Amino acid sequence: MHDRGVWPTDMPIDRSEHELADWELLTDALVSALSSEGFMNVDELRRGIESMPPDEYERASYYERWLFSAETILVEKGVLAPGELDARLT
Amino acid sequence: MTFRAGERVRVAARTHEGHHRTPGYVKGKSGRVERVHGRFRNPETRAYGADGLPERVLYQVCFAQQELWPEARRGAGDTTLVDIFEHWLEAE
Amino acid sequence: MSEHDHDHSHDPITADGEPPAAARARALEELLVEKAVVQREDVRRNIDRLVSRSPADGARLVARAWVDTEFKERLLADARAAAQELDLDSGPSPVVVAVENTETVHHMVVCTLCSCYPRALLGPPPDGYKSLTYRSRAVSDPHGVLAEFGLELDEDVELRVLDSTADVRYIVLPRKPEGTEELSEQELAALVTRDSMIGVAQPVAPATA
Repeated sequence: MHDRGVWPTDMPIDRSEHELADWELLTDALVSALSSEGFMNVDELRRGIESMPPDEYERASYYERWLFSAETILVEKGVLAPGELDARLT
Repeated sequence: MTFRAGERVRVAARTHEGHHRTPGYVKGKSGRVERVHGRFRNPETRAYGADGLPERVLYQVCFAQQELWPEARRGAGDTTLVDIFEHWLEAE
Repeated sequence: MSEHDHDHSHDPITADGEPPAAARARALEELLVEKAVVQREDVRRNIDRLVSRSPADGARLVARAWVDTEFKERLLADARAAAQELDLDSGPSPVVVAVENTETVHHMVVCTLCSCYPRALLGPPPDGYKSLTYRSRAVSDPHGVLAEFGLELDEDVELRVLDSTADVRYIVLPRKPEGTEELSEQELAALVTRDSMIGVAQPVAPATA
């Protein structure tokens, strides 16, 4: 799904822009911090994004993909327990 | 360095199940080395927590638009340049 | 294929107008700070850095290249080193390459695989650049993409699309607009738009008196 060159489309490009929401800035900042601290490199971030189920990948916004990846990689590395983030939300 | 600027190369047509940065639309296609970017760690192994060593040579390969998109109606002289690692390239 | 392609969440908006990802991001921060995986001050500092970025640094590089041919040659040979001459940080990417638009070649940059972008020099990428449609059409229909951005190239100009698939970041050095001989370097920098450094637009023309 991430390899967009092989998914031809005629759809027009949405040129509208939105200012990054606080949570998007936070997500970017968290990923940078995780990278600086050695918990996740950019290739792992990309691999995590690529592991999204295809329909979720297409529906998700850019930073939603980053968030998904960060959680996936951190659970994989045992930094987060599976479901730990979900539990924190309820 | 395996290739020099100006040499013709072909991108391997193989599938690769894991993370890799060779886009599908250039696989199996022929082009010409435009630049030699130097050596970089391999993202295919870095993506799984390895150190990405040994470094591999990264090439900027120039493809004729017509090679990639034979049906395209415009831009006969256009080109697309893609950064590709040495282990994806074969001599033409 | 999705019917529309915005860089906004498609999840249900909660009562306070935020997508579920917002609470998720905040909860993730709390967990990571509690576990001492990250320091809150580092996160705050990263946010400050993010909001302070703009295309201004890239524009300065272009303006300098427009007035100083030897600098331009150095920029084209090694953009990172050239940026350092102006005390500009080109970011963590090991290699940054500036590509020059000429009478016969026009460059356009994309990252079809994710959305790699020279953030340190240009600030955050526009939503359009990150969109699935741009990532697809920039390589398969680049003239169509330019047409949407209002740019039509002459027949004899080669359109060269660069797909940033690895750790090299590209910045386009657009052509200096006509009628700008009297402008200062600072005034020239003001003509250099983010989109002209991506290659989907030309720099703005100087204001007519």
